[in-house]
Amino acid sequence: MIAVLLILVPLLTGFASFFIKNEKTVRSWALFSSLVTLGVSLTGLIWLKDPKYLSHTCEWLPALGSSFSVKLDGLGLLLTLLNAISFPVIFIATWNTPYRKANNFFALMLLGQAGMMGVFLAMDALLFYFFWELALIPMYFLCSQWGGEKRIAVTFKFFIYTFVGSLLMLIGILYLYNKTTSHSFSIQAFYDAGATLSAKQQNLVFWLMFIAFAIKMPIFPLHTWQPDTYEQAPTATTMALSGVMVKMGVFGVLRWLFPIVSGAAFQWGDFLTPLSIIGMIYASLIALRQDDMKRLIAYSSIAHIGLLSAGLFTQNTSGLQGVMIQMFSHGINIIGLWIVVEWIERKTGTRKLSQLGGLAQTAPSLAVFFVIIALANIALPLTNAFVGEFLIFNGILSSYTQYYLWFTVMAGICIILGAAYTLRMVRKAAYGNTNEITGAVTDISLSEKVALGIIVLLIFCIGVFPQPMLDLTSGVTESIANKFEVIRYPVVMPK
Amino acid sequence: MQNALQIVYLIPLLPLIGFLINGLGRNYLSKPVISLVGCGTILASFILSIWVFIQVRGGNTFDPHYFNFISVGKLVIPFAFKIDQLSSLFLLIITGVGFLIHVYSTSYMHEEKPEHFGRYFSYLNLFVFSMLLLVMGANFVILFIGWEGVGLCSYLLIGYWFKNTAYNKAASKAFIMNRIGDLAFLIAIFWLIAKLGTVSFSEVFAATNLAKLKTLDITVITILLFIGATGKSAQIPLYTWLPDAMAGPTPVSALIHAATMVTAGIYMIARSNVLYSMSHITMDIVAYTGLATALLAATIALKQNDIKKVLAYSTVSQLGFMFLALGTGAYVAAVFHVMTHAFFKALLFLGSGSVIHAMSGEQDIRYMGGLSKKLKITFITFLIGCIAIAGIPPFSGFFSKDAILLSAYIKSPVLYGIALFTAMLTAFYMFRLFFITFTGSFRGTEEQKHHLHESPAAMTIPLVILAVLSIIGGLVGVPEAIMHGGDKLTAFLSPVIAQHAEHTVAHSTEYMLMGLSTGLVIVMIIAAWFIFRNYQAKEATGLGKVLENKWYVDEIYDTLIVKPLKKLGSFLNDIFEKNVVDGMVNGVGKLVNYGSRQMRLLQSGQVGAYVLLMVLSMVVFFVIQFFIRK
Repeated sequence: MIAVLLILVPLLTGFASFFIKNEKTVRSWALFSSLVTLGVSLTGLIWLKDPKYLSHTCEWLPALGSSFSVKLDGLGLLLTLLNAISFPVIFIATWNTPYRKANNFFALMLLGQAGMMGVFLAMDALLFYFFWELALIPMYFLCSQWGGEKRIAVTFKFFIYTFVGSLLMLIGILYLYNKTTSHSFSIQAFYDAGATLSAKQQNLVFWLMFIAFAIKMPIFPLHTWQPDTYEQAPTATTMALSGVMVKMGVFGVLRWLFPIVSGAAFQWGDFLTPLSIIGMIYASLIALRQDDMKRLIAYSSIAHIGLLSAGLFTQNTSGLQGVMIQMFSHGINIIGLWIVVEWIERKTGTRKLSQLGGLAQTAPSLAVFFVIIALANIALPLTNAFVGEFLIFNGILSSYTQYYLWFTVMAGICIILGAAYTLRMVRKAAYGNTNEITGAVTDISLSEKVALGIIVLLIFCIGVFPQPMLDLTSGVTESIANKFEVIRYPVVMPK
Repeated sequence: MQNALQIVYLIPLLPLIGFLINGLGRNYLSKPVISLVGCGTILASFILSIWVFIQVRGGNTFDPHYFNFISVGKLVIPFAFKIDQLSSLFLLIITGVGFLIHVYSTSYMHEEKPEHFGRYFSYLNLFVFSMLLLVMGANFVILFIGWEGVGLCSYLLIGYWFKNTAYNKAASKAFIMNRIGDLAFLIAIFWLIAKLGTVSFSEVFAATNLAKLKTLDITVITILLFIGATGKSAQIPLYTWLPDAMAGPTPVSALIHAATMVTAGIYMIARSNVLYSMSHITMDIVAYTGLATALLAATIALKQNDIKKVLAYSTVSQLGFMFLALGTGAYVAAVFHVMTHAFFKALLFLGSGSVIHAMSGEQDIRYMGGLSKKLKITFITFLIGCIAIAGIPPFSGFFSKDAILLSAYIKSPVLYGIALFTAMLTAFYMFRLFFITFTGSFRGTEEQKHHLHESPAAMTIPLVILAVLSIIGGLVGVPEAIMHGGDKLTAFLSPVIAQHAEHTVAHSTEYMLMGLSTGLVIVMIIAAWFIFRNYQAKEATGLGKVLENKWYVDEIYDTLIVKPLKKLGSFLNDIFEKNVVDGMVNGVGKLVNYGSRQMRLLQSGQVGAYVLLMVLSMVVFFVIQFFIRK
């Protein structure tokens, strides 16, 4: 019930939005819709723990062996909650941003949200694929219709990248489908089919699906669509993309890859962990040299996602648990950063650090929020990101890869670089003296205060009391970690 | 029955509340209210700390457990405090000196606008909160939370005057250099978790767990923790942020960069003394690093002309002494020196603040001179501070420094020799500073001369109190050789820091060492008097120039680390990312484009051509079929 509502509310309100021509009304409508979704999500999280409310199955395409099967487990609860929280925050934060054809804009945003909900909920591979595409298509339109100057070329790149990924994933899904005994797309059938694959077949499926997820996250060197897209997309879309959508990749690995082809995932960990860490350092170094705030944050995000990916391949409880909470925290923090950048660009007309400065004088409230979110971005203790990064780093060091200590040290360098580029951004934008561009700025208005206030509240709540959120996903984490534990220490059967 | 120490949570909570009130209300509250909240919360914490100290002295310790901060799999990290002899002593230092500095700040910062005044006090309260968390934490993670928290406050307060770009850069530098150390600290924590599965002090230091650790593990963990300490406590190679940190308001320098935060590394190692005593390699590294830092910083301090820079390098040097003590196993001496140093260095910094205040913001001692006539209280208290740091009995610095020199002597005469030499340098540069500033004739402008005045009571009273403490503070650790049972500190800390009585020296040797160091220090002071009583500024040359430029360490770091990293970043951004990574993707795109353009030519629109193609491909198809069937 809850699971279905989470998809239906944004889907139906999204379609309805197309027909609301008044800009003010459609804005309120979208906000209302996202608040209802949030309410549903919180209801599922807090009050309705009974599984009968959290899952739903009915026939969809019986001829193909595919059903409309959705379920909220710990992982799903976490990410649907992130999705549900993000959209009201996005709508509130961009309350004053004008859009032409606002009805289409908000309709597409809500449809995108519905698609992402579906991705996090689907318990059927075909359904998962369907929602995956449903989430992507509105994003293409949002980027190509409402984006910046270079939007067409950038959207094309974004499209090609994700399209190739989706295609490979579809091949992977169909391949597995053919291996199922009952010709079913249900997740259980896929889990069972995965167990029967030979090592070579596992490798094949692993790479087919992993590339799709790796592009989505993105993992170095498949990341170049991201800075361009983040830069060109309208900021509200960028928030949805970076806050929620990139988690589809991580989620896909956790739900569809690790449980199905654990053997291959275990083997390739030794290759993908260093690759992720190289990507982290690479993106951090590039972030150091960015002048455009959007690009800086984009590369910072790539570095953080690199850590998430490294955390995935620790394949142990600590690392995976860190990934879970970090997915949520990263979403919150990066949306916060985008809100700040969006505001700065709207007020000053520029995102260039070299042209900014002194905002702490003209916009002190903004500066306070900015500093707090920046500190969360560099994982200061008692902010949300610390918990996740701590657990991931701990996971890397205690993982069983050969060079674990050096991996930890290398990844740790990004803690230092992260502080360097984040503080540089704060220093250049907020501190120093004002100039003709920043001198006339007035402080943030109520809507931004509310949005940023929610973000900061979440940063500290999760940072100080992370345990409830960790408990939410502990079941999922343990079960995945156990799978790998078995691979690591195969039990020798007595003859 | 509930423990009487149940209320310890209030000690950090009160400053946190103060932070929230002043931070959120900075636009609405008046300056007196802000001052009251800022100072009042710390005073309350101080009173509670005294009470806690009395309880602990009576033998009552307390380990409250509040909630599980992180619990994942088998790893449980509780949010818990540890109230014992060591932490209660630090509580006293932090809240006591902290309170005096808060009071001093109300006057020193009175020209700030109310909202910035509120911001300043909220940062200061947040700092005290973090520092209290650091020393009260019952495990390495809570300690680390406080550890990064104080780093944050240091960052915020160094960059307090955020309009000034140089100050902001100094703030970032401090944060980033600390982060380097913090990374090592974190890895040490992970290593502990990997080997023992716990981070709680009581469990890590338990004999059963220590037995599980190999010597290599202990060495790695202790070295990593020490690297963490070199960041926070400004030791080689991560010390260069501290002198730059003088960009912050002077009371901040007194509180954070002299009395409390920079001693966090010493606290952490003293806390982990059980671990450190098990690794001789680490002990040697700690001792030699400390001594090298003490000497290096002392040489630089000889030639600095900024009153705060001299004190900053002096702090680095004194911290080096403390690490020397730790490395030679004299943990109590290190903690003792933390305490006395907190008194006299806070006094000296606040005194310099009073001087700067009187000089209308001037910090260069070349433009001072003869201030003794106008600033009587500052002059006398500053003199007391100088005597205390130089180590003349019975001032506090004498006892703590003597304990360190003694432990160095027991370890090796070479260590002792260098340490003694550094102590002589200390006396020399401190009295150079003193004489240049307070004696001779005034070298500033007429306007400054006219403006010269003693600071108000809110500033001088803390000076007087700290001066008294600088005189008598050493009496808690009078060596056995002078008074039987005089070393109360060692006895008090013995439950936390076990004493190894294997190395002792004859009382006669001790007398000789004390006499030697005192005599040499007095000689250095007299030398400084002759050289600097009528100081005239002149260009430094040769070695003096190298010292004035701090051995060019900043420039070396810049050339070797910062610039190459920036260049690498630029290369990756401008060339690699655009041409190689993106180039591959665009290459694929171009290939497709090119291919489709060529293919398009096939669509000529002539039916004949299509038929021809069709036939041709059918032929090809059949040929292939034919061969495959074979």
